[in-house]
Amino acid sequence: MATKTATLGVSSPATSLSNEEILRYSRHLIMPEVGMEGQLKLKNAKVLLIGTGGLGAPLGLYLAAAGVGKLGLVDFDVVDFTNLQRQVTFGTSDVGKHKSEAARARLSNLNPDIEVLSFETQLTSANALELFKDFDIIVDGTDNFPTRYLVNDACILLGKPNVYGSIFRFEGQATVFGMPGGPCYRCLYPEPPPPGLVPSCAEGGVLGVLPGIVGSIQAMETIKLILGAGDSLAGRLLLFDALGMKFRELKLRKNPDCPMCGENRTIHQLIDYYEFCGVRGEEAPAPDLQVPEMLPRELQARLDRGDDLYILDVREPHEYQICNIKGHLLPLGELPRRVHELDSSREIVAHCRSGKRSAEAVDFLRKAGFRKIHNLKGGILAWSDEVDPSIPKY
Amino acid sequence: MAVKVIIPTPLRVYAGKKDSAEVSAQTVGEALGGLTSQFGELRRHLFSDDGKLRSFVNVYLNDEDIRYMAKEATPVKDGDVVSIVPSIAGGNHPGPVARN
Repeated sequence: MATKTATLGVSSPATSLSNEEILRYSRHLIMPEVGMEGQLKLKNAKVLLIGTGGLGAPLGLYLAAAGVGKLGLVDFDVVDFTNLQRQVTFGTSDVGKHKSEAARARLSNLNPDIEVLSFETQLTSANALELFKDFDIIVDGTDNFPTRYLVNDACILLGKPNVYGSIFRFEGQATVFGMPGGPCYRCLYPEPPPPGLVPSCAEGGVLGVLPGIVGSIQAMETIKLILGAGDSLAGRLLLFDALGMKFRELKLRKNPDCPMCGENRTIHQLIDYYEFCGVRGEEAPAPDLQVPEMLPRELQARLDRGDDLYILDVREPHEYQICNIKGHLLPLGELPRRVHELDSSREIVAHCRSGKRSAEAVDFLRKAGFRKIHNLKGGILAWSDEVDPSIPKY
Repeated sequence: MAVKVIIPTPLRVYAGKKDSAEVSAQTVGEALGGLTSQFGELRRHLFSDDGKLRSFVNVYLNDEDIRYMAKEATPVKDGDVVSIVPSIAGGNHPGPVARN
């Protein structure tokens, strides 16, 4: 599982710094709040980063720079071109590489004195406890609810702090779970949202620098925990609104009835988190969205023939500006209100970016009585692939 | 009582893109009711079919979680701020499952 291990077996704690380390960390050492003692604590610390993406990028970079002696990076994903907008550990030449390995190389370059281990694996209930046990602090930089609950539960079972950060578009949250006597993630959110109710970055978008800020806050909290300095965010939920540039703080209480960390714990082992988050039910396509489809080549052929087709584009205005196939723009969210603008006697082909939203539009319109209506299968992405490569993909 | 309800980013799309609303209410529950009467689409995101607050949505009165006060019956006063804080995770939907 670990692809690069330095030493196996127990190593005794470091008790000194080399001259090179003293020079490297001089700006830490000249602060009484850190000093040699603090820097040695950092050197002896073992931190596991779950996720090397948007949050994981500043986390890894700053923890490596600070001299955290052992960093573990858990990620099974591959660097994608669209990641570069925010995952600043990676460069353009890393596209296609495994993230954990690309991050390991970058961090080792930044600081060759520390041990960086890459775990190119998906975190599961079968491996989490084993993976976590060799580390002191776990930092949650993941992008989905099942893994967040898994990380939380594993940390509580093992008694390890969980430095939490999460983001959405231009809003972020940060806190520290799992401190002795402190709350855990389930105290804050006993249940996850059903899938489909909260959009992902791919669907909702995200300002690239937002995870940079929240991840840096997580790095700061991790370093403070190691040093024993300042006031940790444990017991406080930090809310960040990037557009308003406002930080707010809410009290985060330990729930005495929490099934995980409460007085009467009912969860004693890791569970099936995908089932808990209701994801399994979403894997099969919903049967009521079997809508009549048209392939891009078919649409092209019919347009070339001169058929009178009404192309309905249900994307958002800013997407239309990126690229379009000259459809009539009517965003999905406005369809119920503006359905009277459509002529049900005409043959309509609805499209969006990938075919999902337009399938909902076709379903809605059929229920509204439209009979001559098709969903463009694969959306404008498929149109770009199969008909007109000059249309940019996004 | 005039209170402000802060609408979190994921829900602003259902509230005409507004980030907050002013409502008149005596309790937190009434404040949320005032919000959903202004923005009907918000209702199903905040409340389940049986009218209960969804478990992945936390509501705070000023900086305190209402679960530790009187829940929706918590009284409010002029100038109070009710915050809706939903669970967020960014990133992607979970992909195909690795069986344990």
